[in-house]
Amino acid sequence: MSWLRNPWGRPRFLMLITGGYILWSVVPVLLAIAFAFNNGRSRTTWQGFSTRWFTGETGSVLHDSALRDALGHTLLLAVICVAVATPLGVALALGLQRWRGRGSGTVNTLMLLPLVTPEIVMGVALLLLFLRLFGGIGLGTDAQAIGQVTFTLSYVVVIVRGRLVSIGPEYEEAAADLGAPRRDQFSRVMLPLLAPAIVASAAVAFAISIDDFVVTQYLSSDASTTTVSMLLYSSARGAPTPALNAIATVNLVITLATLTFAYLVYRRFAGREEATSIATLEV
Amino acid sequence: MGSRWTWRLVALPGVVWLSVFFLLAFYVVLAVAFGNQDTLSQPVPHWNPLDWNVGYVLDTLKNFWHGGPFLKVSLRTVEFVAIAVALSLLIGYPVAYFAARHAGRWKGAILLALIVPLWINYLMRMLAWINLLAPDGIGSDVLHGLGIEKLFLTLGLLDEPGGWLNGQPTTVILALVYGYIPFFILPLFVAIDRIDRRHIEAARDLGASARSAFFRVTLPLSLPGILAGCVLIALPMFGDYYTADLVSASTQTNMIGNQIDELMRQGSEKVTGAALTLFLSLFLLGLMFYYLRTTRRAGTTAQTT
Repeated sequence: MSWLRNPWGRPRFLMLITGGYILWSVVPVLLAIAFAFNNGRSRTTWQGFSTRWFTGETGSVLHDSALRDALGHTLLLAVICVAVATPLGVALALGLQRWRGRGSGTVNTLMLLPLVTPEIVMGVALLLLFLRLFGGIGLGTDAQAIGQVTFTLSYVVVIVRGRLVSIGPEYEEAAADLGAPRRDQFSRVMLPLLAPAIVASAAVAFAISIDDFVVTQYLSSDASTTTVSMLLYSSARGAPTPALNAIATVNLVITLATLTFAYLVYRRFAGREEATSIATLEV
Repeated sequence: MGSRWTWRLVALPGVVWLSVFFLLAFYVVLAVAFGNQDTLSQPVPHWNPLDWNVGYVLDTLKNFWHGGPFLKVSLRTVEFVAIAVALSLLIGYPVAYFAARHAGRWKGAILLALIVPLWINYLMRMLAWINLLAPDGIGSDVLHGLGIEKLFLTLGLLDEPGGWLNGQPTTVILALVYGYIPFFILPLFVAIDRIDRRHIEAARDLGASARSAFFRVTLPLSLPGILAGCVLIALPMFGDYYTADLVSASTQTNMIGNQIDELMRQGSEKVTGAALTLFLSLFLLGLMFYYLRTTRRAGTTAQTT
């Protein structure tokens, strides 16, 4: 029992806590995934294996219009969000990295603020903005996409700027010394070096958009703007079928596949260390 | 190289975007909170600060001052968040410490297990517990079988057998811990992992016991990581409404986020909702800037070393 007297010296006590924590954090989700494959209406009693809640004739993710539309709308928003936030964020990162002197500190703080603002504050602010000032846009898909871009933008900037810092100015300077025109310095030297960070930031923006709940809910209008997260919120406590677990599982597979792809791309070009820091969402 | 305006121009679209959809949006909250409402109780913003009407903000303040529902909900929020953050620290520190120091060849696998929950939809993770804690759920059975349910009943942490999802503060707090702890452990893991091992070796060489090397070297050096992690999870907890909605579904466990959500989205008291959002933002502003300052300092030291 030496670890009781000196628990920090021998890690058995710590190992127990860590193992317990990992089980606690993973097993409930694995059970939720397992019940997506339940051959019955219960989400608590196992009735055999089936994929009926994914592809079955009635009430499945594929054939129930409410579920299918929610998944479609979630993906639509994610695509718009990535298409807008990535170029906007890459440009902001490049600009901020070289912008020295007056104003750069303020813009840097402004860029980081959405990362630490509780989502309900942003949700309320954007809701009132689209209700009272930009009534022309109004609530719905456009507002939801704009809201998601506003806070995914910061993640794109942080990831791309991290890569800019680790590349350093040497390559660009070398290209300039060798007489490359400025256009080529960017397109033939910087862009290829930045490419993995751009891919990774797009993937992170995609994953964050898919899993976003608060801002998306606040800016939604009618049933056609329901996303998977909103569906989970509104029906988790009702008496739904395992189809809810099934759609959550599909959502999870899409998110994790996107991130795995980004991690592999980033590790291939920028090394394991940097790739891990993106996966841990270090901001 | 290049004119000094080139890079400002490149940054411009992003700056304009954030100015309109973040700064201006926040100004609308001010204009609504200091505005009025029409006969359909829809908000009528007062755009000019000279025309601001302090009536609704004052009413909200009075509600706090006279111990009204807003004060009660706010105190409950602080209590829930404080307990949830403390529990996260208690569980999270040993895990982060073990993963950073003692995991050995398992380090990669453990890190992966710590990262994955971060990327699983928060609402799916709540759905998982709702399934488990339903009266006939597997989790309820296990808690009953292990005697934990009985322990919680005796301690007064649970009102009735099997009633985990019926307005229990205990369930809400544990759900908050479950939901946000991955965001606490990872930055802490990074902080502990970055501590130079030579500091600890030096302490041991100079005769410190393992115990005092931990308490006098490792723990103080990981303090910035602990504080950053606490702030990082406290901020979203203060604005959370969905956790309490999902695992309790009772107004008995309402947090400030639930109060704002009821006023803004469900009810028709958007002006009061905006005023309350304003108070919440002011309350959290200190924490937000503290976090930005510490992480930026960490970033600059990482660059210079």
